[in-house]
Amino acid sequence: MAVFPSTAAAQARGKYRRGQGARQAPDSGPAPTRNRGPRRTQRSAYLFLTPIAIGFLVFYVWPLLQTLGFSFTSFGVFGGNTWVGGENYERVVQDVTVGRALRNTLIYTALGLCTLPVAIVIANLLNRRGLRGVAIYRALYFIPFITLPSAVGLVWNWLYNGDFGMVNQALSVIGVDGRYWVSDPTTAVYAIGLVMIWSQIGYYLIIFIAGIKAIPQDYYEAAELDGAGPLRRFFSITLPLLSPSIFFASVICVINSLQQFDLIYVMTSANNPALGSTESVLTLFYQWAFEENSQGAAAALAFLLMLLIALLTYVQFRLQKRWVHYA
Amino acid sequence: MRRRSLLTGALAAPVLAAGCARDGSSADSAGGRTRITYAIWDPLQVDGMRKIIRAFEAEHPDISVKLQVTPFESYWTTMKTAMRGGTAPDVFWMNAVNSQLYASNGVLEPLDPFIERDGVDMSEHPPELVRMYTYDRTHYAMPKDFDLIGLWYNKKLFDRARVPYPDDTWTWDTFRDAAAELTDPKRGVHGVAAEMAKQYTYYNTIAQAGGYVIRDGESGFDDPRSIEGLRLWTDLIDRGWSPSQSAMTDTIGRQLYLSEKVAMNWDLSAMASQMYASPAIKDHGDVAVLPKGRQRATTIHGLANVISGKSEKTEAAWEFVKFVSSRPAAEIQSREGVTISSLAGTQRPWVESMPEFQLQNFIDMLDYAVPYPSSKHTAVWENLQPRLLGGPFTGRGDIAEAARTLARQMDLALEQEK
Repeated sequence: MAVFPSTAAAQARGKYRRGQGARQAPDSGPAPTRNRGPRRTQRSAYLFLTPIAIGFLVFYVWPLLQTLGFSFTSFGVFGGNTWVGGENYERVVQDVTVGRALRNTLIYTALGLCTLPVAIVIANLLNRRGLRGVAIYRALYFIPFITLPSAVGLVWNWLYNGDFGMVNQALSVIGVDGRYWVSDPTTAVYAIGLVMIWSQIGYYLIIFIAGIKAIPQDYYEAAELDGAGPLRRFFSITLPLLSPSIFFASVICVINSLQQFDLIYVMTSANNPALGSTESVLTLFYQWAFEENSQGAAAALAFLLMLLIALLTYVQFRLQKRWVHYA
Repeated sequence: MRRRSLLTGALAAPVLAAGCARDGSSADSAGGRTRITYAIWDPLQVDGMRKIIRAFEAEHPDISVKLQVTPFESYWTTMKTAMRGGTAPDVFWMNAVNSQLYASNGVLEPLDPFIERDGVDMSEHPPELVRMYTYDRTHYAMPKDFDLIGLWYNKKLFDRARVPYPDDTWTWDTFRDAAAELTDPKRGVHGVAAEMAKQYTYYNTIAQAGGYVIRDGESGFDDPRSIEGLRLWTDLIDRGWSPSQSAMTDTIGRQLYLSEKVAMNWDLSAMASQMYASPAIKDHGDVAVLPKGRQRATTIHGLANVISGKSEKTEAAWEFVKFVSSRPAAEIQSREGVTISSLAGTQRPWVESMPEFQLQNFIDMLDYAVPYPSSKHTAVWENLQPRLLGGPFTGRGDIAEAARTLARQMDLALEQEK
C-alpha cells in the first residue's frame, strides 16, 4: 500500500525526460513534425508499452484505488469491512500525533534538501581536472546509498549510543559532553536526518557529476578568456547549466524525504522518549495499519500523504519555469 | 492479504509435514487420535509446556497436541492472518491487551457451557485475572499464570549506602529518601530506574495514588491522583536519582539493575528466573513488596488459554485447556520456575524454587493487585503514551500538561471503539 506515492515519482521522472529531450533538440533547428510512421511500427510500440502499462495498472493504479476504498471503511481485524464514510479522515484531522508526524516529516524534507547544495559542491570538487583517485571517492560516497537502510540505522545507532558510542568518544577528546542523540527529544530528529543525508548524498552526487560533465568545456574557456574567476564561472556557468539536474534531484529528494520510513523505524524503539519528535507520516501509517488494527484510518492517512506529495511535486513543476535553464 | 496467508501457509507447510513425518501415526485421522494445535510465544516456557503436554497426552491417549512457538514480535500479526485465512491454531495464548479485541470480534469460543458442564471453579484463579478475560459477562479464557510487579533491590548497594532494606513498612517517602541516599554519582550508580514503562512503573503508582488509567471507557490520565502517580517518577528523574528515559532507551532499567548500576528497579515476578541466572544478582538481589502510596497496589497480568472460534475440535481443545489450568499442570509449571501458576494453592513450588529471593512477597501482594488496564483497542492508547509522556520523562515539559493531552487523545481513541 505504501508504494503508491512513487507514482508521482514515476511521473516526475517521465516529465523530466521529456524536458531533457527538448534540451538536446536546439542544434537540429525547429523540431520535426511528428511522423506517425507505418502502422506496424505503431503496433509494435504498443506491444513494447504493454508490460509497463500492465505493471503500472496492477501495482500502482489498482492498489491506489483500493486504498482509496479502504479509507472509507472500518477495516475488520478478522475480515468484514464496513462503510464508515469520512470518519477515518476525521480521525486524521483530530489526532495530535498526525500534526507532529507531519511537522517531523517536513523537517526531514528540509534536511533532505540540504543534501543538494552539499552534493553540488562535492561534485564540483570531484570533477576537478587532474584529481587522483576520483573513482575511489565516488565509490566511497555511493556505498552508503546502496547499503541496506536497516543496516545503516543499526550501525549509526551504535555510533550515536550515549554511553559508549564513537560519536561521544570523539567529542570527549575535545572536551564536549555528548548526549543520547537518538533518544533525546531535542536532537533525535536531526541525528536521524543526518544519517538520511549521509546515506543519500551519493545518489545526488552521481546525478550532479553527470550533469557537470555534460557542460561543454568551451563555455569555461571562453569565460576564462574574458577574465572570469572560478567563483564567477561556478555561479554563471555551472549552476545555470546544472539547473535541470538540480530540478530533477530536488523533485526526487522531496518525494523520498516525505516517504522516510526504514531509518526511523530501525533507529527508534518503542520505549524511546523522542518517538513523538521523530516519527514520520509513514511510520505513523505503519503503526496504525499493522500495530493498532486501524487499516481504514491508515489508508486515509496514506491517501492524504499521496495528495501532499502530488501537490508539492506539482508546485515544483510550476516553479521550475522560473529557474531551470534548458540551454 | 491473500498473498500473506499464502505465505503463512507456505511457512506452515514444512512444519506440519515435519510433524507428520516425526510421529508418523498421528496424522489427523490415523489411529483415531484427534490432533490439536497449540500456539504460544515464550521460548522460556517451551520446556514446561512440553512436560504439561506429555502429562496431558498420557491422560488422554486419544488426543495429541502439536506445539507451535511464534516469537512475540510476530505472534499477533500471524494470529490475525491465520484467523482471516482459517488456519488459526485450535488453542492459543491470550493476553490482556488483545483479549477484548478477539472476544468482541467473535473469533473465540465462549467457555461457559464447558465450565458449567464440567463444574470448573473459576474462583480458584485470581478474580482480577478472570475478569480480564471476561467480555459481555462471558468467559473466553482459562487463566494459566500471573505476573505481579515487585520492588527488586540490590543488597550490596544498600549496604554500601547504609540504607535499610525495603520491607512492607515502606511508603513513597521512604522510597524517595532511599533513592536519594543510594545515588552515587562518583560510581555512576542511581538509586532507582524511573522508566517510562507502563506496567512496570507508573501503572502501579497511579493505582497507589488512588488514580486510574481507564474506567468505564474513559481515560483517567487527567485525574489529579493519576498525575500524582506519574509525577513520582518524573520527579526522581528531575532530581537526578534516576537516569533519564533517554539514557534508558538502549540500556533498559532491567539491564541497569542486572549490571548493578541502579539499586532499585520495579520489575516482573516472571523475571525472577532470569535474575537468578545472573550470579551477581543471585547473591546481591532480592525483592520486596511495592511501597505504599495513598494505598497499596501492584499490577497483575496473566496469560490465559483460549479456543479459536474456528476450531473444529472444540471438545478436544477444551479438554486440553482445562488440563493446563488444573492442579497437576499448574504444579509442573510452578516447579519449572518460569512463571507463577494462577490456580490457588499451586504457587508454593515457584516460591521455593529460588530460596535466595523472598518470592513470597509476590503472593502476599495478590490481595491488593489491580488488573492490567485494557479496552478493545488497547494498543492504540498504549502507543500514545511514549509519544506524549516522553518529554517529561527526559526532564522536559510538565507531566501534568502531558498527562492531560494524553487523556484527551486517549478519549478520542476510546470514542472510536464504540
